[in-house]
Amino acid sequence: MKKEFSQNIGFFGLFFCMVITLLALGSIIYFIAARGFGVLSWDFLTKVPYSAMTKGGIAPVITGTFYITLGAIIFALPLGLACAIYLCEYSPKSIVVNIIRISINNLAGVPSVVFGLFGLAVFVKFLGFGVSILSGSLTLGILALPIIISSAQEALLAVPHSIREASLSLGATKWGTIKNVVLPSALPGILTGVILSIGRVAGETAPILFTAAAFYTRGYPKSVFSEVMVLPYHIYALMTEGAHPDEQRAIAYGCSLVLLLLVLFISGVAIFLRQRKRGLYG
Amino acid sequence: MDNNVKMQAKNVDFFYGKNQALNNVSLDIYANKVTAMIGPSGCGKSTFIRLFNRMNELVPHTILHGKIFLDDLEINSPLVDAVDIRRRVGMVFQKPNPFPKSIFENISYGLKVNGIKDKAFIEQKVEDSLKKAVIWDEVKCRLNDSALKLSGGQQQRLCIARCLAVETEVILFDEPCASLDPISTAKIEELILELKKDYSIVIVTHNMQQAARVSDYTGFFLLGELVEFGKTQDIFTSPKEKRTEDYITGRYG
Repeated sequence: MKKEFSQNIGFFGLFFCMVITLLALGSIIYFIAARGFGVLSWDFLTKVPYSAMTKGGIAPVITGTFYITLGAIIFALPLGLACAIYLCEYSPKSIVVNIIRISINNLAGVPSVVFGLFGLAVFVKFLGFGVSILSGSLTLGILALPIIISSAQEALLAVPHSIREASLSLGATKWGTIKNVVLPSALPGILTGVILSIGRVAGETAPILFTAAAFYTRGYPKSVFSEVMVLPYHIYALMTEGAHPDEQRAIAYGCSLVLLLLVLFISGVAIFLRQRKRGLYG
Repeated sequence: MDNNVKMQAKNVDFFYGKNQALNNVSLDIYANKVTAMIGPSGCGKSTFIRLFNRMNELVPHTILHGKIFLDDLEINSPLVDAVDIRRRVGMVFQKPNPFPKSIFENISYGLKVNGIKDKAFIEQKVEDSLKKAVIWDEVKCRLNDSALKLSGGQQQRLCIARCLAVETEVILFDEPCASLDPISTAKIEELILELKKDYSIVIVTHNMQQAARVSDYTGFFLLGELVEFGKTQDIFTSPKEKRTEDYITGRYG
């Protein structure tokens, strides 16, 4: 009787924590949606802004965020994956490799504004890419690297030894085994890392502050060397500058909602791909 | 080398780091015969057969002394690629380990990694291999289903078919029935007897009845030593060594 009681208390505690988490998440979505929904319209999503950004839409801002996120993933995914494959499959077990592992994990803890300054120094100034999509994507890519590497490493380590042996015993080479058996099995886990980093990258402000973001550009970005407007920085700009704070605030909430939906959409696509893969062979 | 000898181990010592797992083992594997390795857990019999396809190389810090031959080829010679040896000497593992791919892809995998691209040839080979492993009738309508949906026994026969597809010459069975029910076990044993017409077979087993049922030759291992090797009939009816007799009659193990 007493055991059951304490067990129920335990379950209730766990349930309570879950409810609080859901409430926090729910209220964020509710407030953003309630305040931002009013400005949402087809024109808002497809037109360029005018009249000191109080009229028109935010289409260039959305495309800017899209480009910069895509660029970051294009840069970070192959690099991170290659790094994880090397660390898991090829590197000898030594102190040096352990130090590399620890460094990668520490990279994840570096404040994002530091990445921003690094990007400014290296990509914008030293390599001469200027304040541009390219510089911003590379900076965000470096921010995403540790997330992608550590999730890919976990996914690779989780592939059972038995199917590696099976592949090798059929006369496959080590690389053949990695390419044909290990990577396909690890794909869902790797995609999870990509999802996480997309969410992180799309919403980051500090790293692109000095490397890519512009307060206002006329129309759409023309090349990878163009400055861009991006959602997180656009929200910041609308809330802190300009002459029409009330109108701007409404638009800022609209932008927040769009950012939220954009990240949900991208994650949704990745989750869909992952589930389909799992459904086939799980 | 004797024409009937397919593989041969000569004075093999094997170490995991400082632990000696095999001590001066010499043994012949005869062509088109089934050779069984019996002995208690940890006696080195699995370690021993994994030397025949160089799988022990995957374990770090191991040392091998002595020579192992496949026909007249010394398989550990620096001129020999492990990949070529493994294609000629296939292996079926203790737990069925199909790839998380379709049934068809499981069989065609070995062909593809060995550079074969001819589609018609691959399809024919898949069908032939599945027929040889007596699983074709059970899977022919669902070749594109995941191999993981098959039962344990079917998975194990699929793994055998996978081996056959790469035109292996020797098949090493490492306790192939350890995780299977009696009916699946009977099917695998039947299959082994059928396969010995075309292949040389080595089987590690804990089950002495199994060794007696399927094998022509039997080696008894104890603490890394090959205590006795001979015709299965002789080993089971008139063992020369006291230790063999004790094990077979169930006094330890």
